[in-house]
Amino acid sequence: MTQTLIKDAIPRRELLDSGHLACPGCGAALAMRMVLKGLGERTMVSLPACCWSIIAGPYPQSSLKVPLYHTAFETGASVASGIKAALLARGDTQTTVVAWAGDGGTFDIGLQALSGAAERNEDILYVCYDNEAYMNTGIQRSSATPFGAWTTTTPGTHTKSHPKKDILAILAAHRVPYAASATLAYPEDLMAKVTRAKETHGMRFLHVLAPCPPGWKSEDSETIALSRLAVQSRVFPLVEIEDGETWRVTVEPDGTPVAEYLRRQGRFRQLGEDEVRAIQEQVDERWALIERRVAGG
Amino acid sequence: MKKVIIGNHAVSWGVALARAEVIAAYPITPQTQIVEELAEMCSDGRLAARFIKVESEHSAMAACIGASAAGVRAFTATSSQGLLLMHELLHWAGLGRLPIVMADVNRAVAPGWNIWTDQNDTLAQRDTGWVQLYCENNQEVLDTTVQAFRLAETLNLPVMIVLDAFFLSHTSEPVDIPEPADVDAFLPRRETDLKLDVANPRAFGALTTPAVYMEMRMRQQEAFDRVHEAYGAIDAEWGSRFGRTWGAIEPYRMEGAETVLVTSGTVTSTARHVVNERRAQGEKVGLLKIKMFRPFPTRALREALAGVPRVAVLDRNISPGHGGIFAEELRSALYDVAEPLRPQVDGYVIGLGGRDVTPAVIGECLDRTRGNGSSSPVREDEWVGVKP
Repeated sequence: MTQTLIKDAIPRRELLDSGHLACPGCGAALAMRMVLKGLGERTMVSLPACCWSIIAGPYPQSSLKVPLYHTAFETGASVASGIKAALLARGDTQTTVVAWAGDGGTFDIGLQALSGAAERNEDILYVCYDNEAYMNTGIQRSSATPFGAWTTTTPGTHTKSHPKKDILAILAAHRVPYAASATLAYPEDLMAKVTRAKETHGMRFLHVLAPCPPGWKSEDSETIALSRLAVQSRVFPLVEIEDGETWRVTVEPDGTPVAEYLRRQGRFRQLGEDEVRAIQEQVDERWALIERRVAGG
Repeated sequence: MKKVIIGNHAVSWGVALARAEVIAAYPITPQTQIVEELAEMCSDGRLAARFIKVESEHSAMAACIGASAAGVRAFTATSSQGLLLMHELLHWAGLGRLPIVMADVNRAVAPGWNIWTDQNDTLAQRDTGWVQLYCENNQEVLDTTVQAFRLAETLNLPVMIVLDAFFLSHTSEPVDIPEPADVDAFLPRRETDLKLDVANPRAFGALTTPAVYMEMRMRQQEAFDRVHEAYGAIDAEWGSRFGRTWGAIEPYRMEGAETVLVTSGTVTSTARHVVNERRAQGEKVGLLKIKMFRPFPTRALREALAGVPRVAVLDRNISPGHGGIFAEELRSALYDVAEPLRPQVDGYVIGLGGRDVTPAVIGECLDRTRGNGSSSPVREDEWVGVKP
């Protein structure tokens, strides 16, 4: 049953070539593959500095079959705004302009440009593939890194002492027409959201969890399993938000204990029982908040 | 059509005549009137451009980069701190070979806060890969704005038009505004194959290894090597269509001159006045205006100044720890002139942070240089018009 559903839900076209430079098990590469399947050939990508600057391939190669503009770290949304304006100036209303950025380029250095584009309600799709640290530079903490995680700048016992920034709530506060979270473990849900985003006008935001085996110290083969556990444990709830107001949970989690998710990743290896309990409480609190928003509270 | 307009609006009219298609801008004094006027023009239909009201100058340049990469004509304007904030992306536009045109109203940099004119903001962008054109009056501002798009798109280089804060930006002068149809003939719509195109998907700006980066840099330099010839032709065509030319440099009353003032921007107009007065008294003085700072008009300057005994460079800027920047560049350009013909080059730092450069200040520079018969091997630039 599920097999049939996925088969029908996922277009066969491939706009990511097999010669890309991602690590084995890279969630970011799969995310691009899936999102482009949904968007199709009539897509342009603004790509600020991130892992994908490498994955896309060195000059004169490109692993994408759509036009791609590599740009500076903090300019994903602003360059995309310029591309869209240029297309409109020449009468092209059909091409989807995508800003494709990592968590550093979204949560941190690119947040101002993202906020500006969101406030102006630019007609672009902003996709943040979130591997929860600066992975391209070798695993440094970002404001998307979860509480308790090891990175090279939160080493030893000095692991991340602040929870992850709530980027979806920030986008919702801008009242953008459409914002959603997605993972690779639920491709039909991801594809439905890509389709929804493609068909919506104005600023659209997709937050895709992108497990990173070298950065998470996880097995290459665990990327999908971790994506599923992140959803089921409510660490990464799958939601969609219309106009910043209407929240909906698209995949109901079973409430698997977060410990199940944490223990399969070396970056959380140093956590003791107290810290795991603290993380469970943080997750429960945010879930309660989402439930209130879903209920319209 | 003649209109009395401020320098800022001369930029706006130039941009409208050039039919810019995307404008992205952020307000900063004393530039703001440029984009206010453009916003008016977009809102009342005089200009069919998309105007992106971005949240910073950094995003203004980023949006221009995106628009230019998608193949259309893009413009922005800024000043001082705004230009400094753009710095990273000026390199991006330069090495990305994007023919963006930007106006910068020369304003001193902070601290302390200062909204008045000097050239340190633009000269700090010297090595970003932008052509820089400094203007002396509002007619030159309008003409240069239109010329800048043609030059930029001819060589795929970004071009910066520079005008002095207040002395041009807020000063009204009569300006001849060409007929739009005549400008259309001079500057047709931008067409390029080097753009983001779903029918021909390519990646721009990808990782560039040591095996190819240097050649990319060399092509940029080769494009700069062609600017003087290209600008000469564009300026000559402008002259044949509209009756005015400007030149990368402009010699003024140079015949038989023994001391020559070298200037840029509005100081030039005051210097013309000083030269006229001195000439009337029989002094052999002349003037050379530098309009194009990048690429530096080395060959033209050698030809114009070889055999002139003494040169006094007026620098409304300072490179701390070195001296006036135009003087440095000119000394370097003239170094290859054979010894008996090589001028003595004196540098004067003047008018920083909008301090008035009066005829008396320029006269003092001139007199110091005329009195400098024997120069010591190393002489530092002198500051004129400063309090003790």
